[in-house]
Amino acid sequence: MFSAANYIKVKSLEEAWQLNQKRSNKIIGGMLWMKMGKGRIQTAIDLSGLELDRIEETDEYFKIGCMATLRMIETHPELNRYTSGAVREAVKNIVGVQFRNLATVGGSIFGRYGFSDVLTVLMAADSSVELYKRGIIPLREFAEMKYDNDILVSVIVRKTPARFSYMSVRNSKTDFPVLTCAAARYENELILSVGARPSRAKAVSVPEELANKMMNEDTAAEIGRYAASQLSFGSNLRASGAYRRHLTEVLVKRACMKLAENGEEEKSCL
Amino acid sequence: MLITVTLNGKKQQSDVEPDMLLIDFVRAHGCLSVKRGCETSNCGLCTVFLDDKPVLSCSVLAARADGKSVTTLEGLQEEASEFAEFVADQGAEQCGFCNPGFVMNVIAMLRENPDPSEEEIKEYLAGNLCRCSGYEGQLRGILNFLDMRRRRDQI
Amino acid sequence: MKTVNKGVRKKDAMQLLTGKPVYTNDLAPAECLIVKLLRSPHANAVIEDINTDIAMKVKGIEAIYTWRDIPEGQMRFTCAGQTYPEPSPYDRLILDKHVRFVGDVVAIVAGENEKCVDKAISLIKVKYKVLTPLLDFTLAKDNEILVHPEDNWESLCPVGADNKRNLCAHDESSSGDIDKTLSECDIVIDRTYHTKAVQQTMMETFRTFCTIDMYGRLNVVSSTQIVFHCRRIIANALGIPKTMVRVSKPRIGGGFGAKQTSISEIYPAFVTWHTKKPSKILFSREESMTASTPRHEMQLHVRLGAMRDGRIRGIDLYTLSNTGAYGEHGPTTVGLSGHKSIPLYGSAESFRFISDVVYTNRMSAGAYRGYGATQGLFAVESAVNELAAELGMDPIALRELNITREGEVMPAYYSQMNTSCALDRCLERVKRMINWDEKYPCRDMGNGKVRSVGMAMAMQGSGISGVDVGSATLRLNETGFYTLNIGAADMGTGCDTILAQIAAEVLECDIEDINVYGADTDVSPYDSGSYASSTTYVTGKATEMCALELRSRICELGASMLGVERDKAEFDGRAVFVSDEPEKRVELFDIATASMCGNNIALAVTKTHSSEISPPPFMVGAAEVEIDKETGEIEVVDYYAAVDCGTTINPNLARVQAEGGILQGIGMALTENITYNENGRVLENSLMQYKIPTRVDIGHIHVEFESSYENEGPFGAKSIGEVVINTPPPAIADAVYNAVGKRFYELPITPEQIANAENKFE
Repeated sequence: MFSAANYIKVKSLEEAWQLNQKRSNKIIGGMLWMKMGKGRIQTAIDLSGLELDRIEETDEYFKIGCMATLRMIETHPELNRYTSGAVREAVKNIVGVQFRNLATVGGSIFGRYGFSDVLTVLMAADSSVELYKRGIIPLREFAEMKYDNDILVSVIVRKTPARFSYMSVRNSKTDFPVLTCAAARYENELILSVGARPSRAKAVSVPEELANKMMNEDTAAEIGRYAASQLSFGSNLRASGAYRRHLTEVLVKRACMKLAENGEEEKSCL
Repeated sequence: MLITVTLNGKKQQSDVEPDMLLIDFVRAHGCLSVKRGCETSNCGLCTVFLDDKPVLSCSVLAARADGKSVTTLEGLQEEASEFAEFVADQGAEQCGFCNPGFVMNVIAMLRENPDPSEEEIKEYLAGNLCRCSGYEGQLRGILNFLDMRRRRDQI
Repeated sequence: MKTVNKGVRKKDAMQLLTGKPVYTNDLAPAECLIVKLLRSPHANAVIEDINTDIAMKVKGIEAIYTWRDIPEGQMRFTCAGQTYPEPSPYDRLILDKHVRFVGDVVAIVAGENEKCVDKAISLIKVKYKVLTPLLDFTLAKDNEILVHPEDNWESLCPVGADNKRNLCAHDESSSGDIDKTLSECDIVIDRTYHTKAVQQTMMETFRTFCTIDMYGRLNVVSSTQIVFHCRRIIANALGIPKTMVRVSKPRIGGGFGAKQTSISEIYPAFVTWHTKKPSKILFSREESMTASTPRHEMQLHVRLGAMRDGRIRGIDLYTLSNTGAYGEHGPTTVGLSGHKSIPLYGSAESFRFISDVVYTNRMSAGAYRGYGATQGLFAVESAVNELAAELGMDPIALRELNITREGEVMPAYYSQMNTSCALDRCLERVKRMINWDEKYPCRDMGNGKVRSVGMAMAMQGSGISGVDVGSATLRLNETGFYTLNIGAADMGTGCDTILAQIAAEVLECDIEDINVYGADTDVSPYDSGSYASSTTYVTGKATEMCALELRSRICELGASMLGVERDKAEFDGRAVFVSDEPEKRVELFDIATASMCGNNIALAVTKTHSSEISPPPFMVGAAEVEIDKETGEIEVVDYYAAVDCGTTINPNLARVQAEGGILQGIGMALTENITYNENGRVLENSLMQYKIPTRVDIGHIHVEFESSYENEGPFGAKSIGEVVINTPPPAIADAVYNAVGKRFYELPITPEQIANAENKFE
């Protein structure tokens, strides 16, 4: 557990931003990862008084406040309807309900953790982050950016027509993932997002000729091999790079098949 | 710093360190049912309700509870006892150290979902570690309790 | 029977379930000094200089102790909770100049609160002379690096220990000519197995508080399974008379053997003895995971010989055990790897069992449920499963041909008679429960997943024969209720209740009429403690004997009140009456009252019991697993077990013991891993990295009982606590083989390894 000399529940984002410019001050999100650290913090900056723990829905997008918890996105009916349940699938294995009632979307995304299921699934969606100073930036771009002292205010998920699927492999059910994989089929694009490699999630856009092939086991497997060829893999305590490469092929294949199944279901509903 | 917390229904003002954790706050206020089992937010032993939502009190600053209500097992004795009888009838309490967090989370689950399926029960309790029981006796206790409630509600 | 064999509630169940403050830290005085430890970052080093001056200046610091505070010539001691003279070597000091693993204690710091103690710890300056660590236990014996080069190292028992060879113990035993037998066999399975130092992971970490009592004595309250051994260990460690130490335990948040070693007691004991102020220590989870006493890592070389017809003729086992930096339970755990595995096969005409226990610069090992048997059974049962496959025989049929049976002598079990054994019925039962013939070996589920099965047998002991001592004191109180005082430790297992059930059965009273108190060295009758699966069998027998004697005394006083001879009166639990004239009776209430006025017959009895034999409980377990062949993900869908623990004194508690033990075994088989970095630091140092099974990691566990009747046990009972952890590793390993055709000789078996067996990506 870190130590903190001061705690300020800020009244405005500007106040938070001002405080956050000092290196020894830190914004506390859900605090779950931060708590693992043993460092000294001068001032802990708390955003929980700014009503950012909301999920706002319009015709065009979902706006997920940075203090919204993982449990909120897990149980949000519309967000899950739009993502074919992929959001729920992505977060339901994260430790437990009590944990997900604390962990925040802002903390998960700002941290850009390698193991993040949340980053993986939202990256496959048409998502952006809203930063207090820099404004709106596509999530896929944000994921590559260096850490800075800006403040992540919300994550915006545009309701671009798409179908989603999500898969992960874990050594035990509520452990960190060994590999995460999200797939999104847009009208003209097939996007894959693969995380826990063990580095952070990265999106892969499948070339048109491959993406538009008739979907079957062979095509799905081919897409899997393609995705694996586009990504790098490493080893850590939980698995080797070789296993992660293999899993990428398997999960991408399955995620694509799942997309096709979801599509069939939709058609049959019509 | 001064915070005002409604702890088990009683509103009180306290002076806390900025980095005091909620678990230490509630234990300092006599709620000794709340246990610490890890430092990594994995075990669920420290489960309390923060504004009626189950959370890990080891992972929340006491400062964040300012203006909120906090409920521990000390504040839910009647509700807990009614359910606990069914776990006791299985002998599944065993060492008891995980029991308060487990009972709290079962109560939270039943408030959210009064008639959960077995799968829903398992999923909701994924974050409550128990090393003694193998979870099977806990499940029997929960299912028997639900069964009793269903039969009682029919009458 | 009225109370025995009934699933009565644990006497403390509702208190525990409703969160009452009954554990060590709930009871510690608020003014306790906080005690924490500075630990070594090196696996092998000598402290050249240690400067605590700046640290002592931190506001609120009471004391800092280093190796300089240990008197020269202080005797070494062991923290193992064992009967004196302990087989474990005397190889520890509270603080030593030589630190022997990453986490070994360098300084003890006591202060007003956690913050100041943490700060002081960060300000202690230590200069280490870093030595090359000995990390590989297969190279430890006769290695030039000595873990314990010191001259005052001492082994009290003839266990074959030699610190100048890194040997904590060496033993050999045999029967028949194993080499000749194996040379005559049609087939010899020759394999080497490896199990790791998995953690007990009880939910309550190690913790102790100490005060000075009204007589100036050291009062130790600790989460321990062994109050009496603790008293000796603390007195030895502090170099003070045992009369000055009192140890008691409140409720314990799980033990599983971890608390059969004195892990945390000596530090606050040292602080309180020197400062005369109350103090407490609470181990963090990280400390519990990195500086405790997990299961001994073992390498087991099995040679199993059999004929084509399935007759097993000989078993040769060599076990190399890693005791780590200190020798707690080293000499004894290794014995069980052979003595609790080989005897399952009664048909074998010869066996040999050789063992070495070596020191390394890793975390010390200790007692964990199963105590070596778990490791041995993984090896031997895996080898037997492999034999079945080689012979093309059903593994259950192979067992039926070879198992030990009631009434047979077990040469590899100290030539003890198999006095009670339902192993044959357990095999039949499990076969039926899991629907073996339909499911063995594997079924394709048609979705890339397969379901396969695997099985294994297990045995354990019931107490340590000729060593373990159990005692009970029973007293009749006014109005006719009883007090049962024990030195055994209920660590959640329910022994307070089980022993009360035994007493209630004999005294023909309700269990509510018996209050139980334990364990406290000042008050309780002597008991070795709760370990080695001894409490129900050994202390239970003492309780039965004690209750019988108290019954007789009640009768004696009642008879004298009725004015008849003792042998003319009987007791029915409520009253003493004249045998021929049952209407002439005196109520228990009145006897209790009379016992407190002008009475010379003590209605208080203490009985002590030790058993010359250690009758094994037996068990058969079978796993049904579902494996995703592409990803390697594995889930135990169902686990079935039939247990012969003799009479189940409390079927509910026996069942939960079995279910809990089985899931621990499943964890060891599949997810609980221990790895070290090149400096000897444990990487799985938290519940985030060390994965014990959660609620969603297991399908269902099904336990049934096939009871034999053990004449030496109370009401026919044997033990249950340990045997239940042993079957999952070999059963699951065989289920994996039946699914993907690859044998695993090391635990845990991970999804990556399973996937690789099937997909060959590495």
